[in-house]
Amino acid sequence: MTTERAPQPTTAAANPPVQPMASNLLPTDLVRISATANVPAPERQLTKVAKLIDVSKCIGCKACQTACIEWNDTHPAVEENVGVYENPHDLTPEMYTLMRFSEYENPGTGDLEWLIRKDGCMHCEDPGCLKACPAPGAIVQYSNGIVDFISANCIGCGYCVSGCPFDIPRIHQTAHVSKKCTLCSDRVAVGQGPACAKACPTQAITFGTKDDMIALANERIEDLQSRGYDNAGLYDPQGVGGTHVMYVLHHADKPGLYAGLPADPRISPVVESWKGTTKTVGLAAIGLAAAGAVLHGIFAKANKVSAEEEHEAEELVVKTASAPVPPSSVPPENRGGL
Amino acid sequence: MRREYSHEGDHIEALKPVVTVSRYRGITRANHWVTALSLILLALSGLALFHPSLYFLSGLFGGGQVVRWLHPIIGVVLFLSFFLLFLQMWKLNLPRREDATWVARIGDVMAGHEEKLPELGKYNAGQKGVFWAMTVLILVLIVTGLMIWEQQVHLWRDYAPWAATIPARRIALLVHALSAVGIILVFILHVYAAFWTRGTLRAMTRGNVTGGWAFRHHRKWLREVARRQNTPPAE
Repeated sequence: MTTERAPQPTTAAANPPVQPMASNLLPTDLVRISATANVPAPERQLTKVAKLIDVSKCIGCKACQTACIEWNDTHPAVEENVGVYENPHDLTPEMYTLMRFSEYENPGTGDLEWLIRKDGCMHCEDPGCLKACPAPGAIVQYSNGIVDFISANCIGCGYCVSGCPFDIPRIHQTAHVSKKCTLCSDRVAVGQGPACAKACPTQAITFGTKDDMIALANERIEDLQSRGYDNAGLYDPQGVGGTHVMYVLHHADKPGLYAGLPADPRISPVVESWKGTTKTVGLAAIGLAAAGAVLHGIFAKANKVSAEEEHEAEELVVKTASAPVPPSSVPPENRGGL
Repeated sequence: MRREYSHEGDHIEALKPVVTVSRYRGITRANHWVTALSLILLALSGLALFHPSLYFLSGLFGGGQVVRWLHPIIGVVLFLSFFLLFLQMWKLNLPRREDATWVARIGDVMAGHEEKLPELGKYNAGQKGVFWAMTVLILVLIVTGLMIWEQQVHLWRDYAPWAATIPARRIALLVHALSAVGIILVFILHVYAAFWTRGTLRAMTRGNVTGGWAFRHHRKWLREVARRQNTPPAE
């Protein structure tokens, strides 16, 4: 290997290096692997990255969707126009990101606000999809925060769909694998920012280290607050340990306005108990019962029929058969049936 | 004569060298073994997805992708197969007064002192418990299983949208896992009891039991079957 490893990207705006570079997102950079108990501690800690989506700067042009389709070579189906701006109608296994449009009549100002949110994987620090996944290595998390689906290990069961607090993963109905935004892990690996951030004409989508993105968000929030958006704020929900895709919202006090963005997302307690207590206690109970049955079967006295009982049975049968049967004792209604 | 404790086809097969009593006809045995095989395959493939340490079991079926589509299909087979068993067995599994006594004296059951127990029909309270536990758990498993069957989710979306929602599917996943643990425990109990109570297995292999077995464990059943014998004893 003569090629140098690519640098860790700190922006999507700069042009990438043009010389060939080796991937800098290595198997040893994984901090979490689905259905795998002991992940070896990574030798190095990558700089945490994040994508910041400034909803107040978004013009709804869908360049990000186009860039996403182009980079990931997906083929979303051509759908029918049903009179809404969302296109396609929802996230699909072929559409990893989607502009969601909400009309909001602000009771404070009387203004009709057009809220546009780029939906997609939030890359949670504590990913519910990964927790729910039963297939070893199908979902991984890198030390820079990217949560990635490895299709080669995916079995298409859909558990991640239930595990996700944001309703993001979609199951491909012919490939039978789960699909979602990768935060362009294949671009980040070679020193480039995500395709959507690169394509965004207003820099509503920016990419960099998580610290830089928080600092940038704070600048934007201050600006928004100075211009009347008192509740402007950063959406980096702590219920899932923070996310590596964050939003600047003008109404950070009401995230639900933005096409139902959850106010306090967390891994559902139902999922936690399914993948926690149920899994461990259940397996222990089965193991103990099986071992107990085998041991008791080997060492305890079996329940045996004695020769005496065989003899008594014969007497009983012979005696009963020779006894006269009263003819009235068989009611006709009892002859049929089971 | 009333048939309270026995199935229509149960009869004395032979008197010599020992009394043999038929307990399950061929079709019922086949039905039982289809159900049993399905349950074993379901447990193995289900456990592969239940706990990461058992994921290797998916190798028995050709990998996780195969488990993903095969497990629910076997689940439907088991449901239908058990349903046929249910139709044949539910009546004789209804609880009776003597079942309470049997349960109260479970210590004597375990110690093998069956002379201290009331005479029983075709099934004892333990067998009835297994039957009803299987019935309830299979019902819960098929309903929750259909809810989390990824390829069939669209059916729910069209006809019962509530069941296709993510919160509903989460609950279905949890309940499915809990019921699966439950049914595996019941299965272990069932298999264990069949081995521990010597002379039981042949009821589901050859289809008959010895008179002594029936006398010891299910005397009311034996009496009723014997009373029904109006043919003279075989030579």
